[in-house]
Amino acid sequence: MSRYFTQDHEWIDVDGDSATVGITDYAQSQLGDITFVELPAAGTAVKKGDAPCVVDSVKAASDVYSPASGTVTEENAALADEPELVNSDAEGAGWLFRLTLSDAGELDGLMDRAAYDEYVAGL
Amino acid sequence: MSAVNAAGWRPEMGSAAAGSAETTSGDKALMLEEALIFELREPGTCGVDIDAADRGPVAGLARFLRKAPAALPGLSEPETVRHYTRLSRQNYAIDLGPFPLGSCTMKHNPRLNEKVARMPGFADVHPLAPQQSARGALEVINQLAFWLIELTGMHGVAMSPKAGAHGELCGVLCIKAALEARGENRTVMLVPESAHGTNPATAAFAGFSIESIPATADGRVDLAALTARLGPDVAGVMITNPNTCGLFEREMKTISDAVHAAGGYVYCDGANFNAIVGKVRPGDLGIDAMHINLHKTFSTPHGGGGPGSGPVVLSKALSPFGPLPYTARMPDGTVRLIEEEDGAAEHPQSFGRMAAFHGQMGMFTRALAYILSHGADGLARVAEDAVLNANYVLRSLEGELEAPFAGSGPCMHEALFSDAGLAEGFTTLDIAKGLIDEGFHPMTVYFPLVVHGAMLVEPTETESKAGLDRFIGSLRSLARRAKQGDEGLKSAPHFAPRRRLDETQAARKPVLVWKGDAAA
Repeated sequence: MSRYFTQDHEWIDVDGDSATVGITDYAQSQLGDITFVELPAAGTAVKKGDAPCVVDSVKAASDVYSPASGTVTEENAALADEPELVNSDAEGAGWLFRLTLSDAGELDGLMDRAAYDEYVAGL
Repeated sequence: MSAVNAAGWRPEMGSAAAGSAETTSGDKALMLEEALIFELREPGTCGVDIDAADRGPVAGLARFLRKAPAALPGLSEPETVRHYTRLSRQNYAIDLGPFPLGSCTMKHNPRLNEKVARMPGFADVHPLAPQQSARGALEVINQLAFWLIELTGMHGVAMSPKAGAHGELCGVLCIKAALEARGENRTVMLVPESAHGTNPATAAFAGFSIESIPATADGRVDLAALTARLGPDVAGVMITNPNTCGLFEREMKTISDAVHAAGGYVYCDGANFNAIVGKVRPGDLGIDAMHINLHKTFSTPHGGGGPGSGPVVLSKALSPFGPLPYTARMPDGTVRLIEEEDGAAEHPQSFGRMAAFHGQMGMFTRALAYILSHGADGLARVAEDAVLNANYVLRSLEGELEAPFAGSGPCMHEALFSDAGLAEGFTTLDIAKGLIDEGFHPMTVYFPLVVHGAMLVEPTETESKAGLDRFIGSLRSLARRAKQGDEGLKSAPHFAPRRRLDETQAARKPVLVWKGDAAA
């Protein structure tokens, strides 16, 4: 399984053609306390760059862009009652949605951990 | 009014001093505690004398009789009056002190406006009254419409939109109707990053897809990026000018010409018109539609979220598509309301209605009173003083707080700062809460989004230099405390009736309704 990152601070874990998407720890630290997460329902078709998910914090509502195209298979139901999971464990239990990828080639432009850390350090 | 920092507190004295009994301003956010009216209830007490029923319920209605007494608070008249008067003292209002909320234009409401608005012929007029019995009100609407067109250099105006975003929708629907009349299917609305957040929401609501246009490093629209994106699929552009960074979009005419050349229309968010009224006519900048927030530029009150009023001025190209009803002067000199039955002949391309009736009458009378009492020279002075005050705040504090666009020239009506340079762990929120201790309403925080930890200060034109100095003194001391890592600031406010509220929990698990013993 490999993890990639976007310039918009999403991460995506890829295992074959299935993937899990979330926002990075840096993103949650910038947003502040998360109060609500709007998730895409299973079956939703998303295109790379679509914003199927919205994260509300005490500061702002932010779109989460899908790092790749595919069909949503599962949303993180735990976030309905515990949106704070995105704060406490953004890159683990605070994952947002899972999808079946339709074009693995779209992952080519994404960053690996080292490249993302360097990108964040430069912000 | 007490002297600035009468206690002689200095930042290096730290939180021990700040946490004692003194603030820099000498003021304290002293408020009375007040229970909910339901918690004040005295069983069996009633403020009015209601006759006992002398007969039973009307036949057939018996099944609607209450099964249990209504859970009314039950208070005497003086207790009720005191309750609401005490609550009113807990409110912070523009009539009590500066209200520096950026982007909101919390300006003084002249009492002359209030006197005029309360005249029975205006205050008590019913929207369904026969036109001949409401001639004065119609005259006010028509005169205000005239002055809005005159001040903006536009061709027509729709008076009925109820607030800024409603005005935006009206303007965008005019654009949509104009495109449909041309038989063109343009689906994309361009919205710069420096625009108000309602702009993309409005365009999306009207069925357009939104594409964002980046800002340049100096906080203005990236002209090259905008012109590069123009094309046959672009319906138009929505630009906020002056923009949310408090800057005037200097390339506005160039932008308008380019959008027009590509077949699109230009919507201007005029929420910040108060910075340029009497100085710049949007019609001269090629704008096709712009809403005017009467409740900002022309001083009609809007504390507590309303009522607003957002008339939309329209170019010659868009005027035929404006909404019904509108007012028109008849050959006999009277003003008549043109509604659907007349509009079919006189205004056939109208897209429809924005509201059931003609608009916010109470705002119209106030705005017209403001315009006529200031005159052309007075309105220009309003804009000049609003800009002067904001620049005074910007230049007084740019050495203390990071001002990301301080190098972009003078600001307009509001000064923008960021949280850069604060000590580790200190945020914009800490400074905002500190202002409460200092006796000021905080500025707008975390907006606009293009600036990290934004603090947006709009002093408005009526604040005196002494009043601004007092506010600046407080903000300067708070900035120093945040940069020096004064832990006392992280738990501010210390002097308000409530300390730092748990905003996260309030958003996650809001308690919106008093339940108390209602179930009992």
